[in-house]
Amino acid sequence: MRITQGCFSFLPDLTDAQISAQVQYCLEKGWAVNIEFTDDPHPRNTYWEMWGLPMFDLRDAAGIMKELADCRRVYGDRYIRISGFDSSHGWESVRISFIVNRPKEEPGFRLDRQEAAGRNLRYATHSYAAGRPEGERYGGA
Amino acid sequence: MAVHEDIGGRSAEGEAVPVQAVDLRKEFETADIGSELAQLDRELVGLVPVKTRIREIASLLLVERIRQKMALATAFPTLHMSFTGNPGTGKTTVALRIAGILHRLGFVRRGHVVSVTRDDLVGQYIGHTAPKTKEVLKKAMGGVLFIDEAYYLYRPENERDYGQEAIEILLQIMESQREDLVVILAGYAERMEKFFQSNPGFRSRIAHHIDFPDYSEDELLAIAELMLEGQKYRFSPDARDAFVRYIAARKAQPLFSNARSIRNALDRIRLRQANRLVSRLDRVLTSDEVMSIEAVDVLASRVFAGAAAAPQTPR
Repeated sequence: MRITQGCFSFLPDLTDAQISAQVQYCLEKGWAVNIEFTDDPHPRNTYWEMWGLPMFDLRDAAGIMKELADCRRVYGDRYIRISGFDSSHGWESVRISFIVNRPKEEPGFRLDRQEAAGRNLRYATHSYAAGRPEGERYGGA
Repeated sequence: MAVHEDIGGRSAEGEAVPVQAVDLRKEFETADIGSELAQLDRELVGLVPVKTRIREIASLLLVERIRQKMALATAFPTLHMSFTGNPGTGKTTVALRIAGILHRLGFVRRGHVVSVTRDDLVGQYIGHTAPKTKEVLKKAMGGVLFIDEAYYLYRPENERDYGQEAIEILLQIMESQREDLVVILAGYAERMEKFFQSNPGFRSRIAHHIDFPDYSEDELLAIAELMLEGQKYRFSPDARDAFVRYIAARKAQPLFSNARSIRNALDRIRLRQANRLVSRLDRVLTSDEVMSIEAVDVLASRVFAGAAAAPQTPR
């Protein structure tokens, strides 16, 4: 099951030229661009791990594309996303976030139902991939 | 959302259908490098060999661009440069103009200049240098990285110096990302020569070596007048004569750094002029007096006292 979160996730995967154009858009808006990765695809997993530091004061997307290439070399079997953080007063939050890399196979989620007191039901989404230890979830190292 | 089609300056149609003939004048005018070159002429006095070289490089790049349109260019040209010359000969200013020219011709995408020295590239402890250098390189992507006094990167006397690490990263990027970044190394001629000898990798990656000559005394005077004009001051005829003598005296003294020394001298002269004006309070001051620099302002310089006595560090 294809994970859809952030911008453009219902579209086909972005090509490098398209990613570069989006990153350039972020830079021209003056946002700090971050590269983040994870292998826990749960939708509530908000805080992914960062690849290096946020990149402030860049002028051209080439630097970020190089970092992305480095990140893909190491974590090519995981989800990687790019986000743009707007530090201007009143915003101070992430303005854009989109997935730029995903595992070859995404096994999807199982819905767990737990019978609670009375006739209550509690639901939980459980990623099949998360059954294995971190780093081994998508056939990686 | 903004989508930039012309990545790398090679226009999309140029790659698709090679053209057979181009109008050279139209190419020159659409690139609009003429205005950059004119600005170079206007801003910088003298420096004839440098300007000639830059014109040559600009022409070469224009032709290179046409060749790309005709699908005759095989590889992206190497554009890294080295500027050698004494302090205050206009290396940084020329770097700014070069960035402008490269940008107009589409060889760099943004045309900004990131000016750094050793401190910005080399870290202070193990593992600090690589991220620091990469950070600077990322900031310079799409523009020009200007490394002032580049030879400080390499310190042969200390074998544990982290400069070598910065050099290695720099060399790698200079080779692999030529389309994204132009590196200009600058510094004194002899020390740069030594630096290139001990780091042959740099020499082979640098396409253009430009040597900046020292300014002659006439040129220095012209520079001074250009600077004063920019600040809305002017020399009185006497002051002008005095300044001619000042330049001669100052040039003979140690630590003379061409245009920079002139700028500092003018700052001190303005200080003395202001002091002279304020010393007589009870009068009406005309704009002419405020703009005019008199001979006494120039002659009060310690350079003249020093010229008679033993040479010393000028004030």
